[in-house]
Amino acid sequence: MVAHLLRLKLTLLRNSVRRSPWQLVGLGIGVLYALGLVGLAIAGLLVLRGQDAGLAQTVVVLGGAAALLGWAVIPVAAAAADMTLDPARFTTFAVSMPQLLTGLALGGLIGIPGTATTLVALGTVGTWSRSLPAAAGALVGAVLGVLSCIVLSKVVTTATAGLASSRRFKDASAVVFLIPLVLMGPIVTGIAEGIAGSGDFLTALARALSWTPAGAAWSLGGDLAMGSYGAAGLKFLIALATLAGLALCWKLLLQRALVTPPYTGTSKKRAGGLGFFGLFPPTPAGAVAARSLSYWLRDPRYSGSLVVVPLLPVLFLFQATQTGSYGLLLFLGPLTAFLLAWSISTDVSYDNTAFALHLAAGVRGVHDRLGRAVACLVFALPVVLGLNVLPFLFGADWQLLPGVLGLSLGVLFSGIGLSSVVSARYTVAVPLPGDSPFKKPPGNVAQTLAVQFGGMGVLLVLVIPEAALLVAQFVTGSALPGWINLVLGPVLGLALLAAGVRLGGKWLDARGPELLAQLAVNR
Amino acid sequence: MTFQLPHPPAPENQPPPPVPALSLRGLAKRFGGKIAVDGLSLDVPAGSFFGIVGPNGAGKTTTLSMATGLLRPDFGTAFVHGVDVWRQPLEAKTLMGILPDGVRLFDRLTGEQLVTYAGLLRGMDKDVVSARVAELLAALDLTPDAGTLVVDYSAGMTKKIALASALIHAPRLLVLDEPFESVDPVSAANIRDILDRYVASGGTVIVSSHVMDLVQRMCDHVAVVAAGRLLAAGTVDEVRAGASLEDRFVQLVGGRNHTEGLEWLRTF
Repeated sequence: MVAHLLRLKLTLLRNSVRRSPWQLVGLGIGVLYALGLVGLAIAGLLVLRGQDAGLAQTVVVLGGAAALLGWAVIPVAAAAADMTLDPARFTTFAVSMPQLLTGLALGGLIGIPGTATTLVALGTVGTWSRSLPAAAGALVGAVLGVLSCIVLSKVVTTATAGLASSRRFKDASAVVFLIPLVLMGPIVTGIAEGIAGSGDFLTALARALSWTPAGAAWSLGGDLAMGSYGAAGLKFLIALATLAGLALCWKLLLQRALVTPPYTGTSKKRAGGLGFFGLFPPTPAGAVAARSLSYWLRDPRYSGSLVVVPLLPVLFLFQATQTGSYGLLLFLGPLTAFLLAWSISTDVSYDNTAFALHLAAGVRGVHDRLGRAVACLVFALPVVLGLNVLPFLFGADWQLLPGVLGLSLGVLFSGIGLSSVVSARYTVAVPLPGDSPFKKPPGNVAQTLAVQFGGMGVLLVLVIPEAALLVAQFVTGSALPGWINLVLGPVLGLALLAAGVRLGGKWLDARGPELLAQLAVNR
Repeated sequence: MTFQLPHPPAPENQPPPPVPALSLRGLAKRFGGKIAVDGLSLDVPAGSFFGIVGPNGAGKTTTLSMATGLLRPDFGTAFVHGVDVWRQPLEAKTLMGILPDGVRLFDRLTGEQLVTYAGLLRGMDKDVVSARVAELLAALDLTPDAGTLVVDYSAGMTKKIALASALIHAPRLLVLDEPFESVDPVSAANIRDILDRYVASGGTVIVSSHVMDLVQRMCDHVAVVAAGRLLAAGTVDEVRAGASLEDRFVQLVGGRNHTEGLEWLRTF
């Protein structure tokens, strides 16, 4: 039965790849990326072999504890738990609990994260191949550690299944999870500085952790290498008890979960809140704008980008304090303008087949385009204006403001115009409605890349005049090109915006059914 | 498989009066190697309650998508009250209310917002929309959930809110693809009442379904479609020819297998 479950997992993996060759390419890229990281980690572990045993022990234990934490937190936080072998699907089959648990746990090893963790864990055997007992201890520790990781991850996902299946939690966690991801640079720098400043603390932390379930398994090899056999024996028992305890927890939780599926009740709300529909003019274009704006706030795939916007200045300011130069800060405005304008290039792809309503209602293409453009401008314009002024509050030369502002507005308006054309004609692979923004989207990766990079290339060409004027101002030091830019940017941008809305609208009128057919491929 | 090249009617020999609510002429659609709809022609009389029945994969949804302007046919065309759906799509769409099957909704709007949106998209007046939204939600038992996001609705409620979106502009022709799927019996009865009154006052309803009893009780006309072709069409009594619609359907479509296999199923 265990073998059956493993074969099932492999078959599912293979069939998911067979759906299209591009899935295979996507998997290939994922594998290469993981292999790179794994290779680095293993190389590091092998280098540690020649280092001081105490240092190696600290690194291995802390790394192992971090892996355990990752396995516990990431599947829930990213709302991307691997549910290919969802235990609930086995309820109608007569599979005994121990067989099911063993099968699911070993099945967790199949796949990129499981394989990567296993390989790196086995790398610790290399670190401790200083003596036979140490290597053997490391091997036992690696097996116990990896299994604990997987079982812990199962415990957490099972325990939070009720929570995780509630839409509100999924929406919120997907957006919140972005914050540490965006701030990765500053966080890593901060931690690295902390480590450099407090080596002793980390050694102490690792020593303490090695006596806890989090680090016991990972410290076996080190303890044996350093000759503390008694400690190693105790820690082996701790690690074994950890795995047994986790497995027991999982079993109990699963037994309960299988007979009481998560109930996702929602409170009923009566009518009354028309939201943005009350604020926009009651025309087709106004309705589209109101709908789009509601989505910017309610759909995590959109609101994810809204969360990133306030984090960008943080990132830029951090970079500026690190390097002591505020020059890059000037590009905050144009960059934000670009990101926000380009974000609606996937608008129709995000709609998915809900776009059928526009088609069925006979919305004119130009109204559809205009509504979406206005919804984006409503918040993008103030945000871009604000972020343009920000660098000058930190001491940039005020003389540059008109030129940079001209560029930003040019990028924003031209970008929205271009997005209006692109999303009327091309669909790209995006996460489906209701999915986590991190979920690998189904569909044609090659077309997505071509559309995205092609579009960005066109946008670069469209804003050449504004960019050239800004460069002229830098080179000549004269204020005049800047002031010209402040006029030219918005004028040229608005002209392109109008042209984009018109052209996009025309294409939409002509090819609406074909666009819907493209969308229906991924649903 | 033979394939007749259908001739789209020239404007001068358009369907003679009385103009049918929907007339399909030689509709055909191929997906890759599979011919989903194979030259299908059909007239739906104005003021009829018209059922389209067929086995799974018969091309019902494809036909209705092509008839309503959602899917461009490879050949043929469709007229709604004499308006060519593919030449004058905007005019044709104002005459139609559509409940497509298997498409998503803008489900992060509340039920009330979604129906309002459908109304405003059609350029309707704001006050008319808000009055009709309130009435529709009440008629479909959705008032207690009007402020809930559609994504949190049950399957039946989702069907009902999609139906409300299709009704908001008082179309002359309603095209409903599987309207009763996962709708509870009480709501289904309410919906049938609404549709009956709508037909009684001159509207035309087309429903697709594979629940024969429902079609026999509810519809006055029926068309049987299988493998992308029209097998029979007419009033329900004409088509069923004395038998029950279900028996007649099975007889027309075929595919019942009176096999002697599965003996082991009786051995326990």
